[in-house]
Amino acid sequence: MVELRLPRNSTVGKGKTFPAPAGAKNVKTFKVYRWSPDDGKNPVIDSYELDLDTFGPMVLDAIIHIKNEVDPTLTFRRSCREGICGSCAMNIDGENTLACLKPIKSIEGDVRIYPLPHMPIVKDLVSNLDGAYAQLRSIQPWMQADSAPPPDGERRQSIEERAKLDGMWECILCFCCTTSCPSYWWNGDKYLGPAVLLAAYRWIADSRDEHTGERLDSLEDTFKLYACRTIMNCTQTCPKGLNPAKAIGRIKELQIERKI
Amino acid sequence: MNASVPHIEVMRSQLGRARGLGAGHSGVGHWWAERVSAASLLPLSTWFVVQMFRLGGADHAEVVKWGGKPVNATMLAALIITTFYHAQVGLQVIVDDYVHGKAHLPTRLLVKIGTSLLGLLGVFAVIKLVARSSTGK
Repeated sequence: MVELRLPRNSTVGKGKTFPAPAGAKNVKTFKVYRWSPDDGKNPVIDSYELDLDTFGPMVLDAIIHIKNEVDPTLTFRRSCREGICGSCAMNIDGENTLACLKPIKSIEGDVRIYPLPHMPIVKDLVSNLDGAYAQLRSIQPWMQADSAPPPDGERRQSIEERAKLDGMWECILCFCCTTSCPSYWWNGDKYLGPAVLLAAYRWIADSRDEHTGERLDSLEDTFKLYACRTIMNCTQTCPKGLNPAKAIGRIKELQIERKI
Repeated sequence: MNASVPHIEVMRSQLGRARGLGAGHSGVGHWWAERVSAASLLPLSTWFVVQMFRLGGADHAEVVKWGGKPVNATMLAALIITTFYHAQVGLQVIVDDYVHGKAHLPTRLLVKIGTSLLGLLGVFAVIKLVARSSTGK
């Protein structure tokens, strides 16, 4: 059955408080989810009182500040710090987003930072996305064409054909959408989730790909595709402003078009 | 077994788990049925509500007479069948979402049988109305 409450060993407790440095004027509290696989303890929320005048404007700046200056044990992923790598995806102020693109100013009151929801935790803010990556691989996100490419160059595509990929190639696979989706929470072992379905439609819509039918075949499943209930959390939460729900809708339209 | 080494129950690769049993090649029909039945229920329910207002204050004999007319009986039966069919495909979605493991199959059967029986009951009630109004005269 669906889980209505957390298992006992996942109940979140109260953690340590790290007070602001003396003389700090512009203080904001950051409440961060902490869990380590090594000590056998329940997760806790640590409170970091930080002086906003001492680091940059984004939530990622605050987390990096914590790690460098306050508490080096805090674990998180980050790389490009400009919204292109997708590493720092986490749940900030109740919404999945990229810490590097989330201005601290946009958050009222304390800043609550959790890992992406409903995924296994590796440590602190690092969630295990292996299952989602494997699901991406299962839809074969690469060009499949049987016609030989021109010997002297790349496969050609008209401007109109290329335009059909806009809104999809921009996906950076941060999985903010997938982990915001209740259908994925309940049936993530079978449902592919919005990020992977957006990637699937990216190849279905590509004029150079010749395996559209096979792609639609492999998606035609009560769960893989049709566990989408059009909840639209995916589109609401996407930090890149993309619309996975629309891509899923297009796949469903094509399934109808070839059957009815 | 070495007690310090935790026992791992599932060692199957992530890709193997993601591919699972493969696509079931169904779902389009169910998704389409949900939408078509929902759209059909719009005019049917509107008709029903309007008729109920028109019958306001009518006595039993008048309602029986109303239900016995071919057009009314057809519309009533269509409404009942569509309602319970829509309930069946809709409840299946809820069961798929929230009931996992061994309970899934029996719950799915329960939904199928339950809604079918309720729909059948409604249809027989309409047949009874028709029979009664044709013999009652």
